[in-house]
Amino acid sequence: MKELISTRANTMIDPVFHIWGWEVSVYLFLGGMVAGMMIISGYFLYRGRQSDATCACLQLPIISATLLTLGMIALFLDLEHKKYAWRMYTTFQPGSPMSWGTWILLLVYPALIGNMLLAPPVWIARFVPVVTRWQAAVRSRPGLLRTIAVANMALGAALGTYTGILLSAFGARPLWNSAALGILFLVSGLSSAAAFVHMMAKNTWERETLAKADNGFLSLEILILGLFMIGLVTSTRVHIEAARLLLSGPYAPAFWVFVVGMGIVIPLIVQSLAVTHRIRHTPVAPLFVIAGGLFLRFVIVSAGQASHWTRMAP
Amino acid sequence: MARYGMVIDTAKCVGCMDCVVACKTENNVPEGYNRDWIVYETTGASPSLHMEIRSERCNHCDDPPCVPCCPCGASHIHERGGVVLVHHDKCSGCKACIAACPYDARFINPDGYADKCTFCIHRVERGLDPACVAVCPTRCMYFGDFDDPNSTVNRLLRSRRHHALIPEAGTEPRIYYLT
Repeated sequence: MKELISTRANTMIDPVFHIWGWEVSVYLFLGGMVAGMMIISGYFLYRGRQSDATCACLQLPIISATLLTLGMIALFLDLEHKKYAWRMYTTFQPGSPMSWGTWILLLVYPALIGNMLLAPPVWIARFVPVVTRWQAAVRSRPGLLRTIAVANMALGAALGTYTGILLSAFGARPLWNSAALGILFLVSGLSSAAAFVHMMAKNTWERETLAKADNGFLSLEILILGLFMIGLVTSTRVHIEAARLLLSGPYAPAFWVFVVGMGIVIPLIVQSLAVTHRIRHTPVAPLFVIAGGLFLRFVIVSAGQASHWTRMAP
Repeated sequence: MARYGMVIDTAKCVGCMDCVVACKTENNVPEGYNRDWIVYETTGASPSLHMEIRSERCNHCDDPPCVPCCPCGASHIHERGGVVLVHHDKCSGCKACIAACPYDARFINPDGYADKCTFCIHRVERGLDPACVAVCPTRCMYFGDFDDPNSTVNRLLRSRRHHALIPEAGTEPRIYYLT
């Protein structure tokens, strides 16, 4: 038997450790999905699909910038010392994933703006007429187009991976302390982005391609989730207890029903039937995938804060 | 460079919380928050139960995970004694350092910045002991330099059985408990 009684009663720490709420989960989800969108639009651009006026890559940059801004607003809301947020941009801390993320986010916007110049929204062209000249200049330079495409793919991969590494770098929270989390969040972001583009795609080729790609991402996601769990349950006692939080503990219903069932398995079955033309493409599977991606962040962020060295040590 | 740390004799500690009150008074710790606290740990099976009373706080680890994770450089190791501190006017309140600490020793001050035990560095720089050590009525707490082989803290560690908290977390804490 081991009984611990503590006189400490610090807000957000005791009796339940809960420092990060919906703001961080929403930011990680939106950041991951935007990362996936950047990779997809960068790929389409690299393949030269911008000449097709219906290509999703022409609408994705403005959508990505909007979603990322919403995510950053959520992240800002989470800060407790808001008037000092600018301090993050006065230094680069190589040992801090959050510092890497701060600077990656700063690089992401120019890449998105570069991509946006291919088809600037009408209202932007009206307010800033010079963008139409820039649009012509960008479209006439294949080398520049390729650079924008590669920059979007590379920064998208960095952004998506960072959202997972941000959590996995915290050794004090056993559930998060896995390198698989970086790849899991990147693939989940790609999956959510593919689902989103699948819904908004205006041509059949893109819809079919993204549904097939999404099936690949979902299969990969379930494989990585499996590896993530294997890594935890074959590790130390505190890591095994952390895995139990998801597998059979208080977070198990949300994990199995919303993340695995609704977010991966059901859409995988539905989209497999759709791409083999047994049923029609509907927004149901993509909406499930997007909701599953959001639930994944909520479950991992919440359960990670419940996993602990002190309270779980035998 | 000195390496400040503490040795706490759990055989003498009665959990009176004088250290807690002294810290709150000395450092103006806001109501409802603690930089140090008392833990009563009971282990074993009845009737062979064992109780250890500990005064706990930030362990000022040799390898503090709360320092490199800070995106603002606010969390830092002080040049004097390797004490882990926070620049309040650099902290954005992102809570990464709180997530990184396996001891949950940090909290967010109502003013928004990350707060924690400072080993009363303002007193130590004047040649005084930290407030918690100075007021302890049973004299169970010892503050000193682990780099000095002749310091009281090193002498106690050589002569008594002791343990640190969660050593398996790998942070190399600098507070030891004599048993």
